[in-house]
Amino acid sequence: MTTSPQRRIDVAGLVIALILFVLAGVVWWDMTKLQILSPYDLGPKVMPIIVSGALALLAIGNAIGALRGDLPARDHLDWKPIILILGGLACLIILIAIGGGFMIGTAILFATTSAAFGRRAFLTDLLIGAVIAVFIYLLFAKLLTLSLPAGPLERLF
Amino acid sequence: MEAFASLADGLTVAIQPMNLLFALIGVLLGTAVGVLPGIGPALTVALLLPITFKLDPGGSIIMFAGIYYGGMYGGSTTAILINTPGESASMATALEGNKMAKAGRGGPALATSAIGSFVAGTFATLGLTFLAPYLVDIAVSFGPEDYFALMCVAFVTVSATFGDSPVRGLTSLALGLLLGLVGIDILSGQSRLSFGIPELYDNVEVTTLAVGLFAVGEALYVASRRHVHEEKLEAVRGSLWMTREDWKRSWKPWLRGTAFGFPIGALPAGGAEIPTFLSYSTEKRLTKHPEEFGKGAIEGVAGPEAANNAAAAGTLVPLLTLGLPTSATAAMMLAGFQQYGLNPGPLLFADQPKLVWGLIASLFIANAMLLVLNLPLVGLWVRLLKIPQPWLYAGILVFATMGTIAANPSPVELIMLTVFGVLGFLMRRFDFPIAPVVVGLILGPIAESQLRRALSISLGDPMVLLQSPISATLLIIALLALIAPFVLKGLGRFKAVED
Repeated sequence: MTTSPQRRIDVAGLVIALILFVLAGVVWWDMTKLQILSPYDLGPKVMPIIVSGALALLAIGNAIGALRGDLPARDHLDWKPIILILGGLACLIILIAIGGGFMIGTAILFATTSAAFGRRAFLTDLLIGAVIAVFIYLLFAKLLTLSLPAGPLERLF
Repeated sequence: MEAFASLADGLTVAIQPMNLLFALIGVLLGTAVGVLPGIGPALTVALLLPITFKLDPGGSIIMFAGIYYGGMYGGSTTAILINTPGESASMATALEGNKMAKAGRGGPALATSAIGSFVAGTFATLGLTFLAPYLVDIAVSFGPEDYFALMCVAFVTVSATFGDSPVRGLTSLALGLLLGLVGIDILSGQSRLSFGIPELYDNVEVTTLAVGLFAVGEALYVASRRHVHEEKLEAVRGSLWMTREDWKRSWKPWLRGTAFGFPIGALPAGGAEIPTFLSYSTEKRLTKHPEEFGKGAIEGVAGPEAANNAAAAGTLVPLLTLGLPTSATAAMMLAGFQQYGLNPGPLLFADQPKLVWGLIASLFIANAMLLVLNLPLVGLWVRLLKIPQPWLYAGILVFATMGTIAANPSPVELIMLTVFGVLGFLMRRFDFPIAPVVVGLILGPIAESQLRRALSISLGDPMVLLQSPISATLLIIALLALIAPFVLKGLGRFKAVED
């Protein structure tokens, strides 16, 4: 909270306020579709009404804060690592969704995250990721008997 | 002396070999994961929750107790040796502890924090032992409207009263409450905010939210600003042991830290940060060596560490007796109970005395184990700190995703994890507190069911909330706690000590 002499309108802050306002609307709209079964209480509608109202109020509060430039100072953002990590997660999700099991996806996630943190040895990391995936598979599936999504690789074990 | 008898009963449960083993595993796992930079106790518990799915409730809750205390201990080791506190409550420890490590006194800093944690943990757990039966007696007489009002107090203190910005804190809370609405409403069988997606019908998993916000969010945040600062690991040089002088300078701060930490943790006043900073500023004022503060004063490690641990044990008081989590870690513990269909609160003390008192007794044991194990094992923990950052975060993400799909084998769960990760990243970037989201998600549905129970008893008359004297008083407290930060701008200043 620095009191800089020139307080500028914070656009990102206004976007946050807008998102909160939209969320308030979604909660309200969803609430209108609910039916009240008991004549005595508002039933399932009470909480959505409270939450929607609170979100709308907080949207106003955040908007005021953004207009006054109250948001904390932010560093310059480096997008590349974020895209790498989210890309790795996306690969994992897609592979699991199409039945490719989790091991390949996990190895990719390991390697992309590692690259996001500045490593330059993608293939080595892919291998390390694969070893970790096997280890976790054995720990979770065999020792703790939890089910992990299986693909062609997992069926080998 | 009902408490003593119950505790003795609990001890007979806790010292069964299997349970001792669970406590030991919990303590070791908790410390190992908690030591990793960027992983606080809440994430430690969240990451390790899936591992306990198939264990029996008694044993795994005892394991949680070990993970909880171990995670706290591991966090302070990281704070001292690399100055990256995994959570705001270790910030005060990092201030002086890291300076001590830089000056080659890392050993005594770790020792005073370990022994201080033990002293504080033991006294605070004793406090829990004696306070719990009284609170349970009071809580039994609470009606649903009183519970609802109590939860309102917790909501406000956790999110608004002591944070940097009440508006941002309340926004976080509202997001948590919104997520709590998702799924089938148990009382009416209608789905809310599910948009026809089957995975959303059975509610948002607390572990998915916590792991997304803390693990994925933290990884994205740290990766995006890697260019801003690099961390440096301080080697532990010289003796691990504290000198006579160190002992003399440490024991009073331990006790004072405990005195700050336990009551503030036990009241639903939200978190361990306030007592740690209170303790830090008190020690700074009382010390005979003011010139050392800011350069590595042992009092500045001993006090806040004790306060931190005492507060952590203190939050177990409202958690166990009222089912009221007041920190992200306590919320994760509650999630741990819920996965076995156990609901902490007065009824649990009546229905499952062996489990509850076994847990409390295990806290003593876990605490003692930490003291005995951790100083000799410090070399091992330091080695964990040396894992290169790329592999560390890659490993955390792999484990986080595996834990999530092991709990709920569906790609939708992973998509939610990713979305929560992005949310956690944005919240860090714009300085929204994270804990209120987790508390809102887990406490929101409980508060709702209490409110609706109260309203259906009163035939829909909302005045019932003001007619019960307990509920009316609590609601007034909640209102005051809500208004206070807007009127008294200084409440957030505890955090300013770090500058």
